[in-house]
Order: sequence, then C-alpha cells, then structure tokens
Amino acid sequence: MSRRILGPFNRVEGDLEVKIEIRDERVSEAWVTSPMYRGFEQILHGKDPRDALVYTPRVCGICSVSQSVAAADALSSIEGVERPPNGELAINLIHACENLADHFTHFYLFFMPDFARDAYRERRWHADVAARFRGIKGSAAGQIMGARAEFMHIMGLLAGKWPHSLSIQPGGSSRGVEIHEKMRLMSILASFRGFLERHLFGDTLEGMLEIGSEQQLLEWCEAEPPGRSDFRRFLYLSSELKLHELGCTCVRLMSYGVYPLRGRNLFGQGTWKSGAFTPLRPEEISEDISHSWLEGQPSPKHPYQGVTLPDADPESGYTWCKAPRLAGEVVEVGAIARQMVDGQPLIRDLVGASGSNVRNRVVARLIEIPRILLAMEAWCRELQPKEPFCVTAPLPDQAQGAGMTEAARGSLGHWVRVKNGRIINYQIVAPTTWNFSPRDQCETPGPLEQALVGTPAGESEKEPLAVQHVVRSFDPCMVCTVH
Amino acid sequence: MSAADRKRFNLLWLQSGGCGGCSLSLLCAESPNLLATLEGAGIEMIWHPMLSEASGSEMIDLLNRTMAGEIPLDALCIEGAIKRGPKGSGRFHMLSGSGRPMMHWVRDLAQVARYTLAIGTGASFGGITSGGDNPTDACGLQYSENRRGGLLGGKYLSGEGVPVINVAGCPTHPNWVLDTLMHLAAGGFRREDLDDWQRPRSYCDHLVHHGCPRNEFYEYKASAQQSSQGGCMMEHMGCLGTQAHADCNIRPWNGSGSCLKGGYACINCTRPGFQEPGHRFLETPKIAGIPIGLPTDMPKAWFVALASLSKAATPKRLRSNAHADHIVVPPSCGKRDPDE
Repeated sequence: MSRRILGPFNRVEGDLEVKIEIRDERVSEAWVTSPMYRGFEQILHGKDPRDALVYTPRVCGICSVSQSVAAADALSSIEGVERPPNGELAINLIHACENLADHFTHFYLFFMPDFARDAYRERRWHADVAARFRGIKGSAAGQIMGARAEFMHIMGLLAGKWPHSLSIQPGGSSRGVEIHEKMRLMSILASFRGFLERHLFGDTLEGMLEIGSEQQLLEWCEAEPPGRSDFRRFLYLSSELKLHELGCTCVRLMSYGVYPLRGRNLFGQGTWKSGAFTPLRPEEISEDISHSWLEGQPSPKHPYQGVTLPDADPESGYTWCKAPRLAGEVVEVGAIARQMVDGQPLIRDLVGASGSNVRNRVVARLIEIPRILLAMEAWCRELQPKEPFCVTAPLPDQAQGAGMTEAARGSLGHWVRVKNGRIINYQIVAPTTWNFSPRDQCETPGPLEQALVGTPAGESEKEPLAVQHVVRSFDPCMVCTVH
Repeated sequence: MSAADRKRFNLLWLQSGGCGGCSLSLLCAESPNLLATLEGAGIEMIWHPMLSEASGSEMIDLLNRTMAGEIPLDALCIEGAIKRGPKGSGRFHMLSGSGRPMMHWVRDLAQVARYTLAIGTGASFGGITSGGDNPTDACGLQYSENRRGGLLGGKYLSGEGVPVINVAGCPTHPNWVLDTLMHLAAGGFRREDLDDWQRPRSYCDHLVHHGCPRNEFYEYKASAQQSSQGGCMMEHMGCLGTQAHADCNIRPWNGSGSCLKGGYACINCTRPGFQEPGHRFLETPKIAGIPIGLPTDMPKAWFVALASLSKAATPKRLRSNAHADHIVVPPSCGKRDPDE
C-alpha cells in the first residue's frame, strides 16, 4: 500500500489536490482537497442585497452568468417580481451561451488533451488524437478558440461583456434588443451550429438528438470512420479504453432545473436514483463541515442557517470545501444528472446500463449541446423588439429568498436573508461543492472520492492518467467550490 | 529572419486567489485568436493553468527549474489576489501538490522574472477578494488597494528594472493583456508606459466615457431612472464612466459590447478599491440632488451650471428615449419635398 498526493490539476477551473491510497495498482481510497479559501459569504455580510449582483458573478470566471442568474433569482423571489417574457428570453440566451461555451471549452481544452499524452503513444488512435487535441499545439485549439470567441458575440450583444455582466437583473434584462440585433443573434447561432455540425458531431443537431439508445449510438459511431468528427474520435477511444468502466458512482443525481419560460423549465427539476424519479425538496439540503477547515456550525445546517467561518487549525479537516447533502444523502450533479432527471432518452439508456461514469458524463455534456442550441434558436425567434425587457420593484427591508439554477457543471444555489435592508446571511452552494465534497459526519465520502476508488494507478505512473480522466470528467470548478 | 529563428519570449501564467475570469476573457481574443497572437509575437506559453498539458509533479518541476534559472522567464503573469491569511501564513491558498503557500511561489518567481505582470484588479490591488473586512488578508502584487507595498513591496523592480505592470480590470479585456505582452516581447517598454497606478497607459489614458454610445444623453443630462432605459446613467444609476480609466467604449468587448452598451453602469473596475464604493453600486450618491462623483478634471461649479443649462435645452427626442428601452422618437429627417 502507498499514499500519494496529486496536484496541481490544471485544465480544471481553480486549484485542486487529491490524496490517494493505492493497493494492488488501484486507488483504494481518496481524499479531495480544495486548497484555497475565498470568503465571499463573509464579504457579502452587511452589504445591500442588490450589490450581490456585482460580487457573486466574481465568485467565478467560468460560471459567472450562472452566479448572476442565481443572485438575480434570489432577489426576484424576495421582490416578488415577475419578469416580462423578453427578460426571461434574454437571460436564457445569455445563460445558455455561457453553459454551452463551457461544455465546448471543457471537451476541447480541458478534457481531451489528456488523451494526447505520450503514455498512449502505442495506441492506434494516438497519432490522430494527439494531432487534433494536444494542449496548445493541437489543430483543434486555435480553431475552437475562434469559433468560441465568435459565439461569445452573443454576450457582447446581450450582456455587454463576459465574464462579469450586470445585465441580469431581478426584473429581467437591462439590455433591450432591436430587430437588427435579433438578426445578428440568429446569424451567430447559425454560424456556431455550422461549426458543431461540421467538426464536433459530423451530423446535424437534429440527427444527434434522434440517437435514443446505446445501441443506436454504437451504430451511429460505426457508420463513419473516427476521423469524421470529434465526438466519434472520443467514442472510439472511449470504447478502447473502456471509459464507461472508469470513475463510476451510483449516488443520487440531482438537477434544480434551468431556463424558465412562462413558468416552465426547459430542463426539469428533480432527483434520480436506482431507476426512480423523486421531486426535489430544497428544504432537505444541508451543509456539513465535519471534515472542513471551517467552524461555527456544530451540526449540518440548511443554507438559510448556514455559517461559513474559516478555522485556522489545520487538524480540523482536510479541505476548505463543505459537504452538501440532500436528506443526508451524497448527490452528484452536472449534465448527466440534468439529462437523467429530464428524461433524455440516450442518457437514460446509457446510465441505466452502466451508471454514472467518465464516458457517460462526457456524452451527457455533448448531447446537451444540440438541445441547448436548438432552444436558443427558438428563444431568439421569440424575442419581441419594442416590448419591455425589464421591470423594477422595491426590495423589502426584511425577507429571505433563494435562487436555484444550473451552471454547466451542475446545481447552483444562493440563499439570502435580509434584515433592515442589509444582507445578514448569504450562502452559496456550488456544483463542485456537491461533486468534490469531503466526507460527512457519517464518514461517507463525496462523489469524486467514491468515483476514484478502483481507478488504475500504477506505481510507475507519476501522474496516473486514469485519475486525471476521472477528475476532469466532472468538469470541476474549484473557485466556485470554495467561494 | 523567420518566426522560428526569432528568440522566443517565455510566458508563465499562474492563478492565485481569483476567479479565473481574466483567463476566460483572454480566450475570447480574436482577429487573430489567442494562440495565433502569441505565435505571431514569438511568445511561448511555457505553462498556463487552463491550456497546458503538463500536470502535477511535471508542473512543480517546471517551476523549480524556472526558479533555478534553467528556463528563462521573460514574463510572469499572476492572475487573482494574493492571500496572505490566516495570520500571514498564506494557508488560505496552498499551491496544490506542493505543500507551499502560493504567495511564496509568487514571491520567489518574481525574483527571476524579467517582467512581472498583475493580471486583473485582484492581482494588481486586491480587488473583489479584499472586499468587506478582507477575510483572507488579500492584497495585490505591489499594492494593497491604493497603498504601495502588497506582496512584493513598494521597492520591487523586475529584472528589467520595471515595477509590477498592473493590467487592472475585473475582468481584463483580452487585448489589454495581449497588447502589453506583445509590447514587452517586441522590446522598448519603459516605465513611462505605465500610469500613476502602474497600469498600461495604452488603455488607461482613456476614460470609459470616451466613445460611450449614450454621450448625447450625457450632454443634455437626459438620464435613465431604471434598468434597461436608454438615457445617461451618471445622474441616477451609479455610472462612473466619466472617471474610470479604460477604453471599453472604444475597443469593444465580445464583438460589440461594453458595460454601458449592456445597459448597466460602469463600476470603475480598473481602480484600486472599486469593490467598496461606499454606496450601492447601481445608484448615484448625491448631496442636495447633485451627484458626488463628478468628472475628475472638471470644476464643480461649471459642471452644475452647464448641467442645468443643458437640461433646459434637452430635445424632446432625448427626453423620451432616455426613459424607454428602445428608440421611441427617431432623429428628424428634415423637411420632405412638398411635391412628393
């Protein structure tokens, strides 16, 4: 048996350390450490609640808009304000643009470059994959940066800039859209669709959504050579490396639901475990700090009552991350959870057969891309120039409210309590706080800690690559985790 | 001389206690894109947390070899504030896998860098992370807000005899970073290319007000009163564009944007201490109905006199459009041909 400390993990957002125990060339136990503390909840204490719209996006440079949406939703729940349809549409477009760009960036820049590593040079697919995905030098990197930057022109039009916009307000969007701008938005979406269809999928977006089962996915993949598209390249190496047997979890999957329009979410809310759907009860969410470098909260608390105070004693835990639980249960979040809860046929079939694992997390993210882009096209068509985009309402002096939404990497919630017009408690529970949570008071490890058990880790391997695949399959965002 | 023969300019990028937003913004560079820009300027990214393949011990080795002088370090870019707490230990941010506080790595690498750049307002001055009571004792590389000092101390000069270059902004525009790096790589960068806060004058000699599409509303003090309205946001909505140093309305963000174009106020994010304005961000503080924060180099009495004069002369078109979220009264086209 041996123990190793792995890090820093780059190509994740923020700083991460993983301690593993190895027996017989496999991980037998894992501890996930978030080595940075940021202190946003302390900074927000005593502020005007509306200033959360400035501070909270800056929790994270990659989920910035999701943070804005959660903060604006929390404020709008306090104000009891109803956004005009244009406001909902504009916010959905901005939010979807960020989430889609995140999936795209994760696949091309964060996840795939690991398969270009020299350790795989004996594999028959390596030369092609390395030429395409090698970090910085691969043919994909420059190409996708161009496509991504052009797609982000949606932010220039609707949000002023990205990241860290203030256009998302409790009562809608601060940016009205004129007819010619609606046309520009349509053209940006059309151009990005072209890129996805040509390079990522090698098929139409509609064609991708017709794939309804693992068998159909296999047939679709085999119908053309792997070099036909980047998704095929991934599926091909995934079946060679058996990525569906790597990084497995069988915990509850959860989605808060996202992209509301006229009272209905595009992707629904709920939880899923052992083949059964259960509605989400937000009051069952709690955060446990028994293994965190935090103090001031002797037992798990709902975020409304939660406390975030750093503990200077290094012996008090092994991470700055809290352990969120739903009715005491460990929960995994992300595209895979969102698509399971929403009943996406391919993901239901894949997860039904092999659970949550490295391959299925990546497929769920990629299959979400056509779903989101098609919705964006529809929202854009629905925009009504000359109609209102935003309404305003007074903020009560005394209130509490929550904003629950989905970032690319999973469920994000803001809980705020206001007294005398000031924030007396603001608690954020971020997606990677769920996925990379430490052990709780019952010593139950978090999702990544469970997923890593059984992962191959040879004594000769300095940086076990399989561990890297498992970690990055969650698309972690550490700066959010330790806000 | 071909591009390959030219001497490479080595760039090392590390993320300290920030949000990563400046790196994400950098990925939005275009015409040409980030990689093409670096390639064209002969800049070699020896490591970047979002882009490099090398991970874990390979990266720690690279840092050690750089500190030993085996790898020349032309530019050290630090993104995010430096976390000195708790109690000066730096334990609020340990570089993972190294068992060492990030602030020690940054301090040591800064000693071997030809140029040291603080990317973003956090790394420059402390920024958002040092808001409130500054729970993590965060600071910038050479400033704690507007006080010189910070992590490296007021006297610090990098190898080329230049203080820390503060590419401030929350986040930074991709080209603020890239233009500065290209200037450094091309040679000829001088202390005089930085302003009093050590920010590149290439973008900080401008005000956000320059090129603001709402300038006509500003001229007549036709002011927006609520979010999404088209009028000037200085009088009621907290806009600091007339005081903020940056070229946001000259050099567009994400194709065509800026904060003002997005319908919300400039919060002066390139300034030390922007995160604690002392009032609500999106509301203009006033005394006796007059905004406190007037344009920095304009005599107050003149401003008040001109404002009341221009208010009296505001055309109906601007008065109407200032309170709507789209153009309700277009500019007049003049008289039509009576025979038409």
